[in-house]
Amino acid sequence: MITAARNYLVFLRRCARIAFVGDWRYYAWMGGLTIVILFGINAYAKQLVDGLIVTGMSDEVSWGVYIANFTFLVGVAAAAVMMVIPVYIYDNEELHDLVIFGELLAVAAILMCLSFVTVDLGRPDRFWHLIPGLGQLNFPRSMLSWDVIVLNGYLLLNVHICGYLLYCRYQDKKPSKWFYIPFVFIAIVWAISIHTVTAFLYVGLGGRPFWNASIVGPRFLASAFTAGPAIIILALQVIRSYTNYRITDKALLTLRGIVQVSMIINVFLLVCEIFKEFYSGTTHGVSAKYLFVGLHGHHALVPWIWTAIGFNLIAMVILVLPVSRSLKYLNVACALCIVGIWIEKGMGLVIPGFIPTPLGAFVEYLPSLNETLVCLGIWAFGLLCYTVFLRMAVPILQGRLAKANEGQPEIQGDEPASVAPVSPATH
Amino acid sequence: MSSPFSSPDKTSDAAMSRRNFLRGTAALGGLTALAASLSPLLELDDLTSTEKFLQKYYKEMTPDDMSKVIKRISNEVERQYGVRPHVRDLKPMDGVEFVYCLNLTRCIGCRKCVHACVNENNQSRNPEIQYIRVLKMPHGSMDVEKGNHTYDDKHVPDPGYFYMPIQCQQCHNPPCVKVCPVNATWQEKDGITVIDYDWCIGCRYCEAACPYWARRFNWTKPQIPKERLNPNMAYLGNRPRKQGVMEKCHFCIQRTRDGRYPACLEVCPVGARKFGNILDPNSEVSYILREKRVFIQLKEEMGTNPRFFYYFDK
Repeated sequence: MITAARNYLVFLRRCARIAFVGDWRYYAWMGGLTIVILFGINAYAKQLVDGLIVTGMSDEVSWGVYIANFTFLVGVAAAAVMMVIPVYIYDNEELHDLVIFGELLAVAAILMCLSFVTVDLGRPDRFWHLIPGLGQLNFPRSMLSWDVIVLNGYLLLNVHICGYLLYCRYQDKKPSKWFYIPFVFIAIVWAISIHTVTAFLYVGLGGRPFWNASIVGPRFLASAFTAGPAIIILALQVIRSYTNYRITDKALLTLRGIVQVSMIINVFLLVCEIFKEFYSGTTHGVSAKYLFVGLHGHHALVPWIWTAIGFNLIAMVILVLPVSRSLKYLNVACALCIVGIWIEKGMGLVIPGFIPTPLGAFVEYLPSLNETLVCLGIWAFGLLCYTVFLRMAVPILQGRLAKANEGQPEIQGDEPASVAPVSPATH
Repeated sequence: MSSPFSSPDKTSDAAMSRRNFLRGTAALGGLTALAASLSPLLELDDLTSTEKFLQKYYKEMTPDDMSKVIKRISNEVERQYGVRPHVRDLKPMDGVEFVYCLNLTRCIGCRKCVHACVNENNQSRNPEIQYIRVLKMPHGSMDVEKGNHTYDDKHVPDPGYFYMPIQCQQCHNPPCVKVCPVNATWQEKDGITVIDYDWCIGCRYCEAACPYWARRFNWTKPQIPKERLNPNMAYLGNRPRKQGVMEKCHFCIQRTRDGRYPACLEVCPVGARKFGNILDPNSEVSYILREKRVFIQLKEEMGTNPRFFYYFDK
């Protein structure tokens, strides 16, 4: 028992240590991220002192880019499941060794989500009021309480799955199926639930006709399963070019298939929504009118939404055409998807829900500089987390960071492919 | 640039000490940068004390807890405003359910109610928080989207228009209460939806949920001139709020649970506002809801069932 605990602590210590070593590119990247994070912390400190007045939000538009980014990132976290399903349900071989990168991305995305909701709180010092038992979690009535539960649950599930598999690989032990397979399947359902619950957060508000539509949930899932795997496609190529971890083009193309289908569904659902809002001509379509064409001289969101729609349509065309089997085009399509959907969730969904107000007033919203710095800080924090996770996971998966070589000089960087040991194919 | 790959001189003493030196410098630099980035926090003047941090939820406080909290609030108010307030925890009365009726034929849109409310309820003057919004509506329509929020006429009423003051509708089925993740807002026995300002986490979900735009957030530290402070206060009512929490109309509970009318009613120069106990068949509001052929609950289709009714004379 004591040896087991000691071994685990050694594992953690070695993982922590390796996060601080790398080549100059690694230091430059991490240093750059740290600087952005510090700017974010500084901006958040100002917000803590002066209040949320330093943001662009108001009583009219009371949620802004914090909640927009939160919503987008819940989708990214949920999308990890799109790698899990092919592997664990359809036994896809190509993606098998890559699932963990998707799950680690989910962990980083959830950490960012939790940061974004925290910075949005007026009284973060009272966070403990949310803890069941200590505080007063309004479960099951408030959808936000559901979100607290599903997000933290999803974080724990993914931390467990990744941590367990990596520790087994570190010990060169075959993972016990009972210790992770059930959790993998729970996580599949759970992933769908986190984004559905986040959609219900909006859908449940009868006073906001723009959100109070049953199509929001399906659209959330479709757009998440577009943007999430698109991010994974780009991330995997980064991993491939900076380490010697074997990632095949075939694996990337499998993900392309997912992005392709999801994007088609996403655009179809958008068409459904536009038709419903505009054809009937009811006063409920007023937010949509403001969003797509502007209303009463207010049209701040019009350029945003058409950029998003343009990006999404171009991405869809590229994805449908055979050219996207070439990584160059696929990457362009992925980048367009990510930006397009990010806009669609934020400037295209969260903000127009508030305009006009339930009393018909048109007050527009633009994020402030301070707010933007906080957002950039959190994004940098998420990227830093993901980089650290990869920095630990890749050598472990390759067998370079293993219990067997405990006590030997720690690896410093990524050895060139020729000297890297062949990764033993377990699990 | 040295090779990132392990090479023998990395382990030599000179290289080690150089690396340790660099690491030390980097760590020191990092900590300095972190401290610098956190420096705005030095201006936090209202640091939460342990007592405030651990304050219990309103419904879990014993009378003893409450009297301690009231004492603390009184001290804080006195320190900040130089006035000793009279803070009470007024409970709902048995057999009382409050209802508000507003006569749209009479209202002239003078906005006296708006300002009486601000004075009574210690709302922030900078930035300005108001619980009542008066819409100038074109003749014949109840569609709030046609309303003018910022009318600035020299004389009211303007012919061809009517005026519709909107505040918290004190719904039977309040969406704001349902969505609050920490139960910081709830409906009391007498129908008033209240907020525990010391429990609210400031997520603003209630503000998004309210179909009447009745809730307000303290985006920064509220400011009230000392001489304007109303010292007659209630815990769930008009005691001064803190930065980062929600507030809203509470039918002036510091008055109405003490047998008085709300401030907006008292100030109304045309008698457009009526308030009372719907459970008392002899009350004015009972009479209005019994006798008027038409009265309106705003956005009835929301299913919120407001305790605020609009009616007409002719």
